[in-house]
Amino acid sequence: MSKSLISIRDFSKEEILHVLEAAKGFEQDRSRKILDGKVVGSLFFEPSTRTRLSFETAVNRLGARVIGFSDASNTSVSKGETLKDTIKMVSNYVDLIVMRHPLEGSSRYASEVSPVPVVNAGDGANQHPSQTLLDLYTIMQTQGRLDGLTINMVGDLKYGRTTHSLLQAMSHFNPTFIFTSPEELKMPSEYKDFLDRKGIRYIETDSLEEHLNNCDILYMTRVQQERFTDPMEYEKVKDVYRLSASMLGGVKPNMKILHPLPRVGEIDQDVDDTPYAYYFKQAENGLYVRMAIISYLLEYDTNR
Amino acid sequence: MTRTDKELLIVSALENGTVLDHIPAEHVFRALDILGLKGIESQITIGINLNSKLHGKKGIIKIADKFFEDEELNKLALLAPYATVNIIRDFKVVEKKKLQIPSEIEGIARCANPKCITNHQPIKTRFKTVPKGNSISLLCHWCEKMTDIKGIY
Ligand SMILES: [Zn+2]
Repeated sequence: MSKSLISIRDFSKEEILHVLEAAKGFEQDRSRKILDGKVVGSLFFEPSTRTRLSFETAVNRLGARVIGFSDASNTSVSKGETLKDTIKMVSNYVDLIVMRHPLEGSSRYASEVSPVPVVNAGDGANQHPSQTLLDLYTIMQTQGRLDGLTINMVGDLKYGRTTHSLLQAMSHFNPTFIFTSPEELKMPSEYKDFLDRKGIRYIETDSLEEHLNNCDILYMTRVQQERFTDPMEYEKVKDVYRLSASMLGGVKPNMKILHPLPRVGEIDQDVDDTPYAYYFKQAENGLYVRMAIISYLLEYDTNR
Repeated sequence: MTRTDKELLIVSALENGTVLDHIPAEHVFRALDILGLKGIESQITIGINLNSKLHGKKGIIKIADKFFEDEELNKLALLAPYATVNIIRDFKVVEKKKLQIPSEIEGIARCANPKCITNHQPIKTRFKTVPKGNSISLLCHWCEKMTDIKGIY
């Protein structure tokens, strides 16, 4: 079976560092057509323009070609074809599959029926490991290191998969976490148990101001309506944090604000012009990291 | 006669067969199901709400002339983590063992996550068993969500 990237746990610390290093190379030289002649399947069973464009640009810049679909509604999938049959068929044609699917576990399953590598570009609320790797890359880029940093995660820590995966990935690097969330959206106990077992420190608070001045990374997230089954619960918490430039007077000089984007109301426009805003550069980094992931899985020596 | 032997005789004596003891009283019927004992020919005696020193009300199942593979019995471990298995030959307990919780289970429980792929496509469920207090939870191999064993029976 070929190596796939379904969950950030599929990559060891060494593999993570290897991919980040390769991404640096792609940032310095963004058109290296090392995958000339390859074909990548881009299977978006649910639309996600932002993620799809980033992946497909990565493929193109590597010199490979893309086939696929951006929405399953016009395909045989909508006629009831099983995921297994779709993957079996497409994997006959391509060298690697990038897939996004609304059901959780779909990408893991695809990777077990596919003879070619699968990159998970999001399976429901479960995993989105390329987002995690681009977050790590951005943290490394802004701080010059990954070890011993204080990361303040803000917003929906209960349903937010980006924070869960980032927590798992950062656990290799001796971090301190601050979890800022309303009571209803606290970090689930399974992740706190995981940190306890690894001896990693964390503080929980519901106040954004309280630990703003102590952190190296402020990782803001939005509260996603679609994760809530109870609309009342959503209304109660949706606007609970709103970061503005006036709140940043006492922050550490190296502090950077990240956000997986798109934002809704959690970061004011006036923050964009401060030296702490880094979320647009973070989104751009996704391209280099995805180039590195794809070429790593296709076993190309990008350090050559 | 030892104490254990006497206890096993409370329901009725068994010449040859298997006695499953310390099954939580409320799970006795479900246990029959999991072991595929509905509709077999062997004589089955069950006792429910017997007093158990350690775990409240217990149940006991005696199956005459039937011996199981460990793998079959271990399917019960989720439901009855403290169950003991007594192999009876010629009215005597010749072997006594505890159930082992398998590290992975396939095709038994359903995933509690409604958005899990296994609840929408013809895919066998698969879980890792994870200790949780004095019970265990199931970690779905596919969607990576926990299913509480209380929810699956
Ligand atoms: Zn599942």
